[in-house]
Amino acid sequence: MTTDAPPLRNRSLLKLVAAAVPVLLVLIMVPSLVGTYQLQLVIYGLIAAIAALGFNLLLGYTGLLSFGHSAYFGVGAYSVAFVVEHLGPHSMEFYLLIGIPIVAITSALFGYICVRHTRIFFGILTLAISQVIYSLALKLYWMTGGSDGLRVPRPALLLGLLSFSGPQGFQHFVRSYYYYVLGIFVICVILMWVIVHSPFGKALQGIRDNEVRARFLGLQIRRFRWISFLVSGTFTGVAGILWVPLNGLTTPDVLYWTFSGEIVFTALLGGFRNFTGPIVGGIVFTYLKTYAVASTEYWQLLLGVVLVTLVLVLPTGIVGAISRAGQRLSRRKAAT
Amino acid sequence: MAILTIQILNSLLYASVLFLIAAGLSLIFGVMRIVNLAHGSLYAVGAYVTAWLVGRGIALGVPLGWLFLMLPVGALSVALIGIVIEPLLLRPFYRRAEEYQLLVTFGLLQILEDLMRLVWGGTPLSADTLMDVLPILRVGGLFYPAYNLLVIGVGIVAAVILWAAIYHTKFGVMLRATSQDRRMASALGLNVGLVYVMAFGIGCFMAGLGGAIVVPTQAAVLGMGIDALVIAFVVVVIGGLGSLKGALVGAVVVSFVRTAGIQFFPELELAVLYLIAALVLLVRPTGLFGTA
Repeated sequence: MTTDAPPLRNRSLLKLVAAAVPVLLVLIMVPSLVGTYQLQLVIYGLIAAIAALGFNLLLGYTGLLSFGHSAYFGVGAYSVAFVVEHLGPHSMEFYLLIGIPIVAITSALFGYICVRHTRIFFGILTLAISQVIYSLALKLYWMTGGSDGLRVPRPALLLGLLSFSGPQGFQHFVRSYYYYVLGIFVICVILMWVIVHSPFGKALQGIRDNEVRARFLGLQIRRFRWISFLVSGTFTGVAGILWVPLNGLTTPDVLYWTFSGEIVFTALLGGFRNFTGPIVGGIVFTYLKTYAVASTEYWQLLLGVVLVTLVLVLPTGIVGAISRAGQRLSRRKAAT
Repeated sequence: MAILTIQILNSLLYASVLFLIAAGLSLIFGVMRIVNLAHGSLYAVGAYVTAWLVGRGIALGVPLGWLFLMLPVGALSVALIGIVIEPLLLRPFYRRAEEYQLLVTFGLLQILEDLMRLVWGGTPLSADTLMDVLPILRVGGLFYPAYNLLVIGVGIVAAVILWAAIYHTKFGVMLRATSQDRRMASALGLNVGLVYVMAFGIGCFMAGLGGAIVVPTQAAVLGMGIDALVIAFVVVVIGGLGSLKGALVGAVVVSFVRTAGIQFFPELELAVLYLIAALVLLVRPTGLFGTA
């Protein structure tokens, strides 16, 4: 077994790199091809992909469905807003430096409580706890601005090397911010790939598939789930931190539980059984929602119909369906 | 003293509506093992349909007393929606993982919320005429609408009827048998599919009734269902998912805490409720009266 494992892993890594390089090249080219608005959409898509990637460590790899991931996204966004309000420096690195520990501590704390349960109770518990944060953000208006939310101005990037003001400031900001988010996105994807393929990731999958056997192997199940929760929440929190300077405003909406539902939707849309599923889902969902909102007042209805159809017809998501079709095609080729 | 009495009555009013919503949610989970995220939206549909029917009734000049008949009609229409939804959308999911059931009901929630906006628009729909038909009582030196007492009465009657139906009728035995072991019940010749439709229909009827009786006291607005669902979750988590007694006790606890919260710590009122729910889940995962 052990002698077989490394080449297999290298091969899957090779396949991933072979697939990722062209995609990455296209992503690097994007700003020279499209306008500011489209570029903004791609950034939102990448951010949604990071959030869903983090969420999927719990659902896809640990087998726990969280209905409260809006909490970590929102805590990331609000911690940036508090930094702006009280500490001053408008620097993206500073936001990340302060925001990531806050998000990590929050998810560690909530995770510690939530992983005592599994299945449906885990879902309800995550939902209940995220609603605590939501109602606090809504009601403690002298701190959070209530339903008006908090404004976050454009930060300087790369330790103040790039700052954006003047008439074309926003266009320049979006352009630079795109590469900034893309960089963090690539780091997140690599990091998550390493986590998922590490012995730790394998242990999570073992727990997901058969908890009793994993326990017989001597795995401390609750601790593994807890760390998985912590990593998952932190990734989603990073997405929240990246989201807020682009949006310019954070409101309690990103803490409400229906936003958690959208994160679940995103992962399912791409396919939560695949590593790349949530990434594809994040980008597709962003476009789907944007165009649904633009084309009809009843976009929620449209999304609901898509979700129900998806669950009924394509339970493995976009990536799952494509990879299955690809397998069938190659098998047919091998047969002839 | 009079203020205290009115606060207690208000708590009971709220508890009665909450019980109707939470008991339906709990019944559906108990029998079908589905957590219906669209349950709050069904409650909102009940409120909208009733308010709309009452509005039509007034426009057509129906005698005011007769308009009270619109309350059960509103509830029944929600039950009808449930009877259509269950075989169409939920039945394919009983053999699949719980995640998919949650997702499909979440999709249903989105659809229902927007359908309400499509049909009734964004303006609140009120049926307060019904409240004005009944007299206003004097409690100590304060006034209290008799309609609120009617709501409390409906809640109590619904609890008694539901309890009698589940524990003292043949249908109740069928329900409980299916809830305990679906395959065994089926092997003994029970029509499990029919029991599921009935259970889902009754659950929806309860939600619809909650919406119908609440709408004369407060107008039907968009988003009322989503808020109600989360509070109903708190109720069933405290009382125990799948337990009728739990829904009753949970509803009373939540509404008294909430009334006290609005009085003494308005900023933290909701946070305290969710915290109580989280604490109960930690200490007793199955809730106070749950067995699952």
